[in-house]
Amino acid sequence: MTSPLQPPAPAASPVGSDPARFSITTRDLCLWYTKFQALRNVTVNIRHGLITSLIGPSGCGKTTLLRCFNRVNERYGYVTTRGEIRILDKNIYDPDVSLIELRKKVGMVFQRPNPLPISVYENVVFGIRLHRDSDSLRRSQLDEEVEKALTEVGLWNDLKDRLDAKATTLQLEQQQKLCIARLLPLKPDIILMDEPCSALDVEGTQAIEELMFSLKGRYTIVIVTHNMAQARRASDECIFMLMGELMEHTRTEELFLTPRHPKTADYIEGRYG
Amino acid sequence: MSEPCSAIPSENPFALTPLERRKKAAARRNQWIMFGFCALLIIPLVLILVDIFWKAAPVLSLDFLWQNPVNKGKEGGLWAPLVGTFYLVVGSLLFVAPVGIFAAIYLNEYAREGWVNRVIGITVTSLAGVPSIVHALFGLGAFVLGMLPAINRLLADPARPETRWEAGLLTASLTVAVMNLPVIITSTREALGAVPQSFREACWNLGATRWQTIRTIVLPNSLSGILTGIILVVSRAAGETAPILFTGATFFKFVADSGTAKLFPYGIGEPFMAMSMHLNIISNQISQMPERMKFGSAAVLITLILAINSLAIALRVWLRGRKRW
Repeated sequence: MTSPLQPPAPAASPVGSDPARFSITTRDLCLWYTKFQALRNVTVNIRHGLITSLIGPSGCGKTTLLRCFNRVNERYGYVTTRGEIRILDKNIYDPDVSLIELRKKVGMVFQRPNPLPISVYENVVFGIRLHRDSDSLRRSQLDEEVEKALTEVGLWNDLKDRLDAKATTLQLEQQQKLCIARLLPLKPDIILMDEPCSALDVEGTQAIEELMFSLKGRYTIVIVTHNMAQARRASDECIFMLMGELMEHTRTEELFLTPRHPKTADYIEGRYG
Repeated sequence: MSEPCSAIPSENPFALTPLERRKKAAARRNQWIMFGFCALLIIPLVLILVDIFWKAAPVLSLDFLWQNPVNKGKEGGLWAPLVGTFYLVVGSLLFVAPVGIFAAIYLNEYAREGWVNRVIGITVTSLAGVPSIVHALFGLGAFVLGMLPAINRLLADPARPETRWEAGLLTASLTVAVMNLPVIITSTREALGAVPQSFREACWNLGATRWQTIRTIVLPNSLSGILTGIILVVSRAAGETAPILFTGATFFKFVADSGTAKLFPYGIGEPFMAMSMHLNIISNQISQMPERMKFGSAAVLITLILAINSLAIALRVWLRGRKRW
């Protein structure tokens, strides 16, 4: 058996020649939390406009990888990163990259819904207010953006009469949809989701998955999940990670039907993880 | 696996065993012992309060607050020390609140984790434990003997000694401010730390700068804790005698009985009277001081501090009830 640290090279990533087809590519990405190496030479190409899922046992680095894509890891002083990350074919570590613009283009949804403790309306327009002068904002414009974003995530009918309600008082499923909605006015290209359904019940999970399908095509979605069934249902491509390494990345049905790496096979059959 | 399932017993299978009876008795006994110590704490406190207010009752009235002390405090009221304490508190807050709050925001929101940050944290905590008399000596050295001569060289007219600034409201306020600085920093850091990290991450991920995050989310949600810390510091500033002993408080200062001079009796470069100092002097420095004046002053000081602390508690409860996450 080959060492688990040496994934078969051709399986590492579906290789394409045209960079425009990939929204996210990394080359030899390594990341350390102080001394602990959480990512080992990760090279990946994530396709534009598709849903890609990241699976693997706890501590395999999938969330860490996700958080690299908008450089939010760096807010913590003890993180060291090496390697290249290209988002929309631009190296995000280039000196002429504005972190603010990067985070507008690459939105993130968290495991625990984290709406801000302000009204539903203010949550949706929060990003707009951050990035535009307050005097250039007209109420009618904001109203329009709120209706558009909430309609897109399917909350408008439920919440249109409760826009002043505090967002933290909504049901969890609504909170999570709101967290997605508040990204949309910033016109992101990529939405990163870190186990977005793990705090939700079955119906909430289904609602979020349906929402992901409806957003597909317009946005590139990368979702971290613990739930293999979810990865299978909801993603076009699937990446399996183990101990900070990318083991396998192919079309989802292929990964689940004919895994190339024995560790992948063991994991998806539930022998560990 | 080897033994078969035993038969269902005929008598009560859940009866108290002797061991359990002893454990139960011990538990009850220990509960009463703890209660006893708690009572030991509460009963003397209540007795002292009752004693003070009982002996103070003959003088307690609005006039007692509104009139100036007469005849070394043996007669009259408490207006001059009361208003002095008020200005002392306001003065010290003017210094300590901005410095303490901004320092805490820097430490909590901007400074990177690391040994520098930890050393600063430990230093602040240790400073909070320094006895107030040490702060008083620091204030004497830094403000009275260091800062005042410098101010006088710049501003005072050498030919007219009455234009010179003396140890007074400014120096005492600064000393009390230094004493309270670590308290404010610690309470503000706690308040900021209580804001869930997920709110900050939500902001950062929408492209907010650190300052936008602090202004729109962190500060509004930690305001209650910060305010509570400030209010508690107020009661400490009003009650401490040591830090103002050598830095500006005086035993007696003539205060006008009417007009605006009664409301603004002290210049910032003039000695002033304060409640804690006044109580200290009339309790043990002046012979034949009537009991009711001593206890009256004590009652007013206690009421003042209890009122301030109750305000802090009420504010905390009210603001906690309003926030939901």
